[in-house]
Amino acid sequence: MSDVLALDPRSLRFVKSIRDLARNRLALLGFILIGAVILAALLAPVMAPYSPVAQDLANRLLPPGASHLLGTDELGRDILSRILFGARTTLKIVSLVAGIVAPIGLLIGMSAGYFGGYVESVLMRITDVFLAFPKLILALALVSVLGPSLDNAIVAIAATSWPIYARVARAEAAAIRQAEFIAAVRLLGASPARILLRHIAPLCLGSVVVRLALDMAGVVLTAAGLGFLGLGAQPPTPEWGAMMAAGRQYLTDQWWVAAMPGFAILGASLGFNLLGDGIRDFLDPRRNQ
Amino acid sequence: MNRSSFIAGAVRNIVAAAFTLLGLLIVTFIIGRMLPIDPVLAAVGDRAPADVIAKARAEMGLDLPLYRQFWIYAGHAVRGDFGESVLTAQPVISDIKRVFPATLELATSATLLGVLLGIPLGVAAAVWRGRWPDHVARIFGLIGYSVPVFWLGLMGLLLFYARLGWTGGPGRLDIYHEGLITPVTGSILIDSLLAGNGAVFADALRHLVLPASILAFFLLAYLSRMTRSFMIDALAREYITAARIKGLSEFRVVWVHAFGNILVSLITVIALAYGGLLEGSVLTETVFAWPGLGLYITHSLLSADMNAVLGGTLVVGCVFILLNLLAELFYPVLDPRLRRTQR
Repeated sequence: MSDVLALDPRSLRFVKSIRDLARNRLALLGFILIGAVILAALLAPVMAPYSPVAQDLANRLLPPGASHLLGTDELGRDILSRILFGARTTLKIVSLVAGIVAPIGLLIGMSAGYFGGYVESVLMRITDVFLAFPKLILALALVSVLGPSLDNAIVAIAATSWPIYARVARAEAAAIRQAEFIAAVRLLGASPARILLRHIAPLCLGSVVVRLALDMAGVVLTAAGLGFLGLGAQPPTPEWGAMMAAGRQYLTDQWWVAAMPGFAILGASLGFNLLGDGIRDFLDPRRNQ
Repeated sequence: MNRSSFIAGAVRNIVAAAFTLLGLLIVTFIIGRMLPIDPVLAAVGDRAPADVIAKARAEMGLDLPLYRQFWIYAGHAVRGDFGESVLTAQPVISDIKRVFPATLELATSATLLGVLLGIPLGVAAAVWRGRWPDHVARIFGLIGYSVPVFWLGLMGLLLFYARLGWTGGPGRLDIYHEGLITPVTGSILIDSLLAGNGAVFADALRHLVLPASILAFFLLAYLSRMTRSFMIDALAREYITAARIKGLSEFRVVWVHAFGNILVSLITVIALAYGGLLEGSVLTETVFAWPGLGLYITHSLLSADMNAVLGGTLVVGCVFILLNLLAELFYPVLDPRLRRTQR
């Protein structure tokens, strides 16, 4: 009762590790970059000086200046506003891909690692086949069949990026399978489903989260690439890759139309890379060289 | 004994590659069947009477059970028959043969550049850990992992072609140099040298340098990072200490004793990265209007020319699988430890 203020060792360790994470300056920069992207996505309607879709043909292709900080595009739309709203598109893709890919990879990998034998060979064979694929090209082929749209781009990216999570989860599950507490739970009569979901999944989660953090930069780049090729979000939705594609034909004289969205993509993927490295070093200090 | 274990390993690798190839065929087959357009209706029109539709369906083999259809599809694909391209009205395979050398030239020059710059950078970063070469390698690595290749390409074109005029523009040659030399190898650089045409060679080089450098930059970022971590491992080994105690020069310790031992792993990494460059060339070729396989695939995509898209996907996938297999097969040849021990 009296020592409410005294922290128990566990929360002390937590505070210390947060401090370690903050001391890693590159990870902090990543955190700030991603924070900025999230803030832009949340507050786009408040922060954006113009509507992201309102055309103003009298003021098309204006250079960056006082009225339009980053200039205007070929239809006179404010580029800054479109970049801010574009953050929503990017975050939607990233979070949906993560939300689809992590559970699927986890389930497949865990089952393979836990059950072993025949189940493992079949599941891992399938995983290897997908891993051996050129990811971007497979995603391109998928989108072209499903029809170009934002949702289909998400499906295609998810369909090509789950295998690595299965690999990671399998390795963890195969190691945990031998643990005595699993044998104990099994003796208590727990069903395989319960063992997998309640006892093995939480322990695999750490590696899967690290992998996710490291992969998100790649998802941002793939999504932007699909948008650039016209296979992602369709106009007039503001999407960074598609904005660059539109600016391509004005490259020599109105460079800012194509250049500005590129900085946004670079910022977002750099942020995820730095944050991912930070989280990995934090959770697995051995690999910190 | 050694030889038999080596052969057993090779057979296992080849069987695994064959399985992957089968998987690739299954996936492209499924993607091909997912088309929202009914190929029969597309051929005979939706006003055709029922018996005409049924006849066309039978002629196209679409009334057969799925596994039979797959068997036929796989049989054609293995023989290089991917159907006809709607766009060019040519067999897809002859289209691919026409455009593939351009991609090969681009990817190969990029690999050479990336290897020549990336490996020394990675070695320097490992030797001078925490000092400026390490920081340079880390910054290159971070940018290389974060920057969109198409943006870098556009900015490169803007700066070096449009503003400074140092390099050639999009495409492989300026228009007035096109068609001057007959293709022999498909690589314009080599063909123009064979023909002794210096002007075409110089022009081809001016066009190649920018896209190749940009692809090479990504390889450099990746390779320097891998080389660095391999070298750090190798330099911490006891035989390195032993070599130093023997009084060998630092140059010899680093380049002969440490680097010699990571060479095997590096070759595997380079082989896989080379496959990655073929894929990375899809976006690069689009930006630079480079008439290779990547541009062919994207053009076909945008006009919904599925035979061409799936044919291109299969070819790139096969190159991937082949490079993987080669890396696996050469591993024991290059690494004496694996030759002796039976796995």
